[in-house]
Amino acid sequence: MAHVANELVATDIEAYLDQHEHKSMLRFITCGSVDDGKSTLIGRLLYDTKLVFEDHLAALESDSKKVGTQGGELDFALLVDGLAAEREQGITIDVAYRFFSTERRKFIVADTPGHEQYTRNMVTGGSTAELAVILIDARKGVLTQTRRHSFLVSLLGIRHVVLAVNKLDLVGYSEAVFRDIEADYRTFAEEIGLADIVCIPMSALRGDNITGPSANTAWYRGPSLIDYLESVVVADDVHAGPFRMPVQWVNRPNLDFRGFAGLIVGGVVAPGDRVRVLPSGSETTVSSIVTYDGELDRAVAGQSVTLTFADEVDASRGDVIVAASAPAGIADEFEAHLVWMAEEPLVPNRSYLLKIGARTVGAAVDQPKYKVNVNTLEHTAAKTLELNEIGVCNIYLDRAVPFDPYTANRDMGGFILIDRLTNTTVGAGMLHFALRRAQNVHWQAIEVDREARAALKGQRPSVVWFTGLSGAGKSTIANVVEQKLLALGRHTYLLDGDNLRHGLTRDLGFTTADRVENIRRTAEVAALMADAGLIVLVSLISPYRAERQMARELIGDGAFLEVFVDTPLAVAEERDRKGLYAKARRGELPNFTGIDAPYEVPEHPDVHIRTPDMSPEDAADAVIAQVLRERGG
Amino acid sequence: MRGLTHLQRLEAESIHILREAVAEAERPVMLYSVGKDSSVMLRLAMKAFHPSKPPFPLLHVDTTWKFQAMYEFRDKLTAELGLDLIVYRNPECIEKGINPFDHGSAVHTDMWKTEGLKQALDLYRFDLAFGGARRDEEKSRAKERVFSIRSAQHRWDPKRQRPELWRLYNARTAPGESVRVFPLSNWTELDIWLYIHREQIPIVPLYYAAPRPVVERDGTLIMVDDDRMPLEPGEEPQLRSVRFRTLGCYPLTGAIESEASTLTGIIQEMLLTTTSERQGRVIDHDSSGSMEKKKQEGYF
Repeated sequence: MAHVANELVATDIEAYLDQHEHKSMLRFITCGSVDDGKSTLIGRLLYDTKLVFEDHLAALESDSKKVGTQGGELDFALLVDGLAAEREQGITIDVAYRFFSTERRKFIVADTPGHEQYTRNMVTGGSTAELAVILIDARKGVLTQTRRHSFLVSLLGIRHVVLAVNKLDLVGYSEAVFRDIEADYRTFAEEIGLADIVCIPMSALRGDNITGPSANTAWYRGPSLIDYLESVVVADDVHAGPFRMPVQWVNRPNLDFRGFAGLIVGGVVAPGDRVRVLPSGSETTVSSIVTYDGELDRAVAGQSVTLTFADEVDASRGDVIVAASAPAGIADEFEAHLVWMAEEPLVPNRSYLLKIGARTVGAAVDQPKYKVNVNTLEHTAAKTLELNEIGVCNIYLDRAVPFDPYTANRDMGGFILIDRLTNTTVGAGMLHFALRRAQNVHWQAIEVDREARAALKGQRPSVVWFTGLSGAGKSTIANVVEQKLLALGRHTYLLDGDNLRHGLTRDLGFTTADRVENIRRTAEVAALMADAGLIVLVSLISPYRAERQMARELIGDGAFLEVFVDTPLAVAEERDRKGLYAKARRGELPNFTGIDAPYEVPEHPDVHIRTPDMSPEDAADAVIAQVLRERGG
Repeated sequence: MRGLTHLQRLEAESIHILREAVAEAERPVMLYSVGKDSSVMLRLAMKAFHPSKPPFPLLHVDTTWKFQAMYEFRDKLTAELGLDLIVYRNPECIEKGINPFDHGSAVHTDMWKTEGLKQALDLYRFDLAFGGARRDEEKSRAKERVFSIRSAQHRWDPKRQRPELWRLYNARTAPGESVRVFPLSNWTELDIWLYIHREQIPIVPLYYAAPRPVVERDGTLIMVDDDRMPLEPGEEPQLRSVRFRTLGCYPLTGAIESEASTLTGIIQEMLLTTTSERQGRVIDHDSSGSMEKKKQEGYF
């Protein structure tokens, strides 16, 4: 490694090691576009802190001549651009992490492109940053993109900002230009609540004010970039906050030891401290802080530890251990900022997974209250969120989670949304507060339970969910099933999609969002009826896997039976008893499943009925056999 | 209040990653390559699950061409720690006698390591594998995720990688898919050495200088580790004081001349050198995009 600059290495390696083993760390993000010289700046930081090896330097020299933009001079930007595909396109399209180090600090730089369409990347890179370096081209001043970057920095709760006024060499190192930009920016920054701002005049290309004061800017008395990065106190607000530790893993090597492992995300803990386990609310006392290196007498935010308790309280993965004197909130309905990160837009009311801390729960997002134009900060109405859009939405969870507002604690208020089918991370959010409704609408404990009601009827309640194309024969088969179950003395109810649309779901149309809501309501009603002890038959096209999965989870795997009424489109269309396919073909019925709206075929249905080869009578028998055999119906 | 040091923060982050992965996976495994990064990763795993043992086996994808000292170190360490070690050797390679001399480094590495790894993961149905790769090793790794999703064919698709925010990792997979998890993502080579020094972590003696029999080929010093190494006419192994900056198959790993026989000595030497670590690896030498290509094909 080429940090030869440090004489200590040669003269006193032990002292050097001691110094470097006691360095602190700073994570920061750089915001700006290629045009602002961002890659050049990062390349320069690596170069000036002597982190570029000779073989890399040789490659840099030859690359600079081949593809460089500096007329054969060293093009530092080439040091930091990554994947071959991007290099060919000449743009960076993701978050790259770079590392450099001085005697006092190790730095992790999240390098993200600045273009508007890459809000996703900046939010990703900024989520772990303690400081942001926002680049400005001195010739251009505060631009739309500067405002965008600053807004995102503020949204992400990054408290320290360096405004790097770059390319000052191109304006003759003019103090007036610098001061104007600084004044301009400070006015704007104040509006969006950014407080700690340091403005530095620099030229990344020429190396002015990067590692030390520059003779070209004798009028500037402030710190160089490295000086500031090395010394800025990222007053660890999380240290000051109340104790928080999400439980990642329960450690049980034997019957005598039961520890709760996690990373402390807020405050301090010591043996003897009173703590509460959320969401259960049980209280206990910390008896020890266990680590491989021995027990600790205290541990602080940022450390990974294992806690043991004085009492046998139950805690499992996803629970959060908090200071008993200052517990976190618990809620299942929130308002949040949501950043959409997937090509597929947000589907309001669809069931996604939400991960917060070590807990993953089902979640649905309301239609956004508004979205934020990241360039003008204006609020506009929105029905959904597209890739790179940011909105404020209400979010409903299927279980309550412990939380703090994101502004109080990033780890307790930041979450991701995951698509249930593709498993990709589709959104990221920041909780504001629990909806008042969630805190005021309580569950009424009911003495008579599902088992009692079911026992009275002498049956095991279940939900039999018929899915398939329009005209596949779902209702026909469901009707036969119900008649037969009735004859067997079972208590049933048939929820038919067509009939529900005359009442319960009368206000809904056939867009994706409305279909999702239609299925959600039907599933909720089916769940209530099953709870009442009934065998519920649901006949609904229900074209999306995600929603059928949602219904399965809502009702409980053991009580849910998915019946795929599998009729080829041509056969269903041929039957067309209601004349709907003909209308759809004529373009009079938009969003018709199978014609111009998708049907996602079940991958593992509990019962698979291929109708052309099976009479409704036989199909019904097959379903009933499943209901009675597997569920003891 | 004195804040945490950078090593404390890196350690805590790695432990968090290890625990998170174990909690979310069904059949995790740790790829153990016997090198210094593996040694650090293993120590972090011991810490993460203490007082339990790490709740997963170690997997060594062997090529039969590693240094003898590596095998000895591996067996002794895993026995001492009481860990479950799986050694996998691609049976096709054994049958065909794949070796770097007759088949070249590319075929050798591809067949033993890349194919061997895929076979082992499939055979044991591991859905998550820890690897010791770091982002600072190579430019194309700077964008690698901590949790990296691989298709059922073990391919890495840059477009399918998930954004990683805060400390929230999404380890969910479809059937057949798997996750590679890199707990050392944010460590640099210097961090690794500082940590080995601070923690007094045992490493393979090959990292320390000692008199060893070597021959010089194309400017690279190759250690004659056993009698399988075919010598060119007139080639005579010479005893020179050498050590290794990285470890792999002995015929593919260049030694450097050195007198550094202590840990502080090698850190000092490393800090004063001016070439990057990967330069000693013969497989990287082709083009600068080659690492990325290997990753897409399933090489770690």
